[in-house]
Order: sequence, then C-alpha cells, then structure tokens
Amino acid sequence: MQPSLFSFQPTIPTWSVAELTAYIKGLIEGDETLEALWVRGEVSNFKIAASGHAYFTLKDDRAQLQCVMWKTQVRLQRREFLPRDGQQVEARGAIRVYEAGGRYQLYVEMMRPAGEGELYRDFLRLKARLEAEGLFAEERKRPLPRYPRVIGVVTSAHGAALRDILNTLRRRFPLVRVVLAPTLVQGDDAPPQIAAAIRALNERVQPDVILVARGGGSLEDLWAFNSEDVARAIADSAAPVISGVGHQTDFTLADFAADRRAPTPTAAAELAVPDRTDLLANLASLEVRLRRGIEARLEGWRRELVAYELTLKRHEPMARVFSQAQLLDEIARRLENAVRHRLALERSKVDGLAARLEALNPQAILARGYAVVTTASGELVRKPEQAPPGTLLHIKLAEGEVDAETVSSVQAERDEK
Amino acid sequence: MPEQTFQDISEMTYEQALAELESVVQALERGEGTLEETLTLYARGQALLQYCRRLLTEAELKVERLTAAGTAEFPAAGEVE
Repeated sequence: MQPSLFSFQPTIPTWSVAELTAYIKGLIEGDETLEALWVRGEVSNFKIAASGHAYFTLKDDRAQLQCVMWKTQVRLQRREFLPRDGQQVEARGAIRVYEAGGRYQLYVEMMRPAGEGELYRDFLRLKARLEAEGLFAEERKRPLPRYPRVIGVVTSAHGAALRDILNTLRRRFPLVRVVLAPTLVQGDDAPPQIAAAIRALNERVQPDVILVARGGGSLEDLWAFNSEDVARAIADSAAPVISGVGHQTDFTLADFAADRRAPTPTAAAELAVPDRTDLLANLASLEVRLRRGIEARLEGWRRELVAYELTLKRHEPMARVFSQAQLLDEIARRLENAVRHRLALERSKVDGLAARLEALNPQAILARGYAVVTTASGELVRKPEQAPPGTLLHIKLAEGEVDAETVSSVQAERDEK
Repeated sequence: MPEQTFQDISEMTYEQALAELESVVQALERGEGTLEETLTLYARGQALLQYCRRLLTEAELKVERLTAAGTAEFPAAGEVE
C-alpha cells in the first residue's frame, strides 16, 4: 500500500470519466464561437459508412480535426460536391463532444472547395486577357462542315460523355469515322492532356471537326476547361471545335474559344452532324423530283411523237386515194338524194293534176245530184223556151236515164230583169 | 449536254453523291439532252439515290482511338466501353 496515493483524497475530488467528459462537453458546447464556424483544411480518410453518415479528417501541416456529416446533410452535399482525399475544403459546422469516443469533432453541415472565390477571380483575369488578345473573337469562328467524315473526340475513354456522343452519332449520322483521343478531364494533369490531344488530332488525323467534351460536374470539376493551354489549343485547332463540357450555366474558357458551344456532350454531337431522318426526307423529295423530271421529259417526247404521227398520216399517198373515193361516195349519195327528191316532187304534181281532172269529170257532177237534160233532137236544154209544155225531154242521171214531158216552164227571174 | 463519264459511286462520300444527285435532278428538270442522255442521267440519279439511302441506313459508326503508333480499334477487344 502506498499511503502517499491517498494523501490527496481529502483536498482534490476524483471525477468519473463520464463526469469529466460531460464537464468538457459543457465548456465546449457553451462557447458561441464553436457553435457555428467555417474550418479550412485538407480532407483525408473521407468515408461514407453503410449508415449513410460521412466520417473524415480535416488536417493541415500541424493539426487534425475529426469530422462527421450526418446522412441528411450528406444527401444534400452530394448534389453540390463531394470532397476527395487530399482536397482543400472549407467546412461549416459546430464543434461538439462525442462522449463515447472521448473526443471533440466537427459536425459538418456543408462543404465547399477551398479558394473557389480566388479561382473565380483568376478565371476572370485570364478570360479578360485572352479576350483582349482576340482569342474568342467572332471572326475567328470557323463554320462547321455539313457532312463531316472524320470526327475527333477529346474526352475520357470511360465517361458518360463518350457514350452519349457515340450514341448520338450512331443515331443521327453513322457514316462518320470517330477518332477518340482519350484524356483525363479533371485534375492537374487534365489541361495539358486535353491540349495535347487537340493538337495530336489535328496533326495526325486531320478531322473535319473536333468535339471537346465531358459530363456534368461542379465548377471545380470543369476547371481543366478553364486553362489557358486548353483555350489556346482550341483556338489554334485547324479543325473547328465544338465544346460540350456539360454545364448549362457556366461557360468555360474552352467554350469561349470553341467555334460552337453546346451545353452537353450529346448536344455537341448533334451540332457536329446532320440528322439522318432529315436527310432521308430530303432524299425522298429528290426521288420525287427525279421521277417527275424523267416523266415530264418522256411525256414531252411522247406528245411530239403523236404530233409527228398525225402529220405523217396526212401525207400518206393512199390517204389521198381514200379521201377521193370518199368524195365520190359523197357525190353519189348526194346525186341519189337529189333524184329521189325530184321523183317525189313529180309524183305529187301528177297526183294534184289527177285530182283536178277528176273534179272536172261530168259523171262526178251527176254523182252530186245534177242531171243533163236534152231534147229529142239531142239539144242541151238551158232555157225554158227550148222546152214549152208538151215537149218530150231526155234526162241523163248519174245512174241511168229517164224520159219526161214539160208540164210548165217559168223563166228564171234573173233573166226577166 | 456533253458526253460524260461518271465517277464510281461506291468511292464517293455522302456529300459528293448528294451533290451529284442534286445536279442530276436539276439537269432533268431543265429538260436538256437527248432521250438517251436523259435515260442515262435518270439511271445515274437512281443509283446515287440508292447509294445515299444505303449509306444512311446501313452505315456503322467506326470508332478508333488515337495511339502512339497511329489509330487502333476502339474499344479494343476486351476493353469495356
């Protein structure tokens, strides 16, 4: 037994670990500064656990700070930016004590890449300088070929950007040859690789157009496309360049230097080639014109032929003979008609005369009831004096004769006047 | 229309074939040439048309990758796109 050990007991109280930890926790968590602060440091051991919470360390050359980010925040953070080990970040959160682990740690609400503001100022300065140099000038922009044969593609060999570009080209205009110059698209090595790829394609493949592309990402991920080297390589490219670095709102220097800028790799590929649906429709209309063209020509010749045929027929010798014969037939027919007409006319004349002759026949007069009176000597009796009473008369009737004697006679009044 | 010899269609690019097809159609529409020339022109137009159409519908995208030596098939055998 060491009595000295116990000699402190009356003057200094002994804490339990929990009591001490709770005490420290009270000190730390009662401090306003530690309640909400930004910490800058390099990320290491960044891990998202199966639970969804993220654990990592922030460090600089002299110290380390344990950090926790709960899964709700991780989910939000993921949309903006997830740090990689070695990256400088700025994290906002509160310092609290994790009692079970016996340590204080930063409970992180959100993070951003460190120095974003400074990077942006650098970007603006570089942009102004290249602009002043005329690198982005409108008159430098080259027209895109309508039907490119060879398309150079500068992007990662493994990214979604390449897949999107190839799918789009396959769908719209698969008659092209694509030459990929694979590069990193982020990190410090990316800019020299991208610039070298553009130059190599121009020197060795002479493509009709070059696509410089990468999938979407944060502003920092696009940083490779803001390098002076890349902007110059694009501006110096013999082939026109289309940029599709996957950001709707932020323009990179690559975008400014490119001949055409597309918001996505897919859109860049669409700019590079025509759509075969349109081309097939155009071919269909050319086919119609081709057919109409030949039909119009043939129809013209056919008409001409028909006209010649008619002229030829008119000049055929037999045609004259035929037409003379026809004339004769015609005359004969007219002659016959004339004769027939004349005969009919004569016949009707004769008929008329016959009727008139008939009217003059005395027998016909007797038939109407008249009689012819004669004396015994055969003299026609016209006056009463010719037949005084007692004269024998002979009367001829239509159907026979009678003999009569005059009884009296009267002079016609008309004759007495 | 002057006597002309035609380029081998199978060696033409789409752009070349299309340009010639367009000029053939225009020549037909202008109505120049003899019957024989016209028929030849029409047959040429048909051949160009079928060639263009076949290019568009049957072509397979050729993808290569720039290498130190030149270009190589991409993705190479075994390499997953």
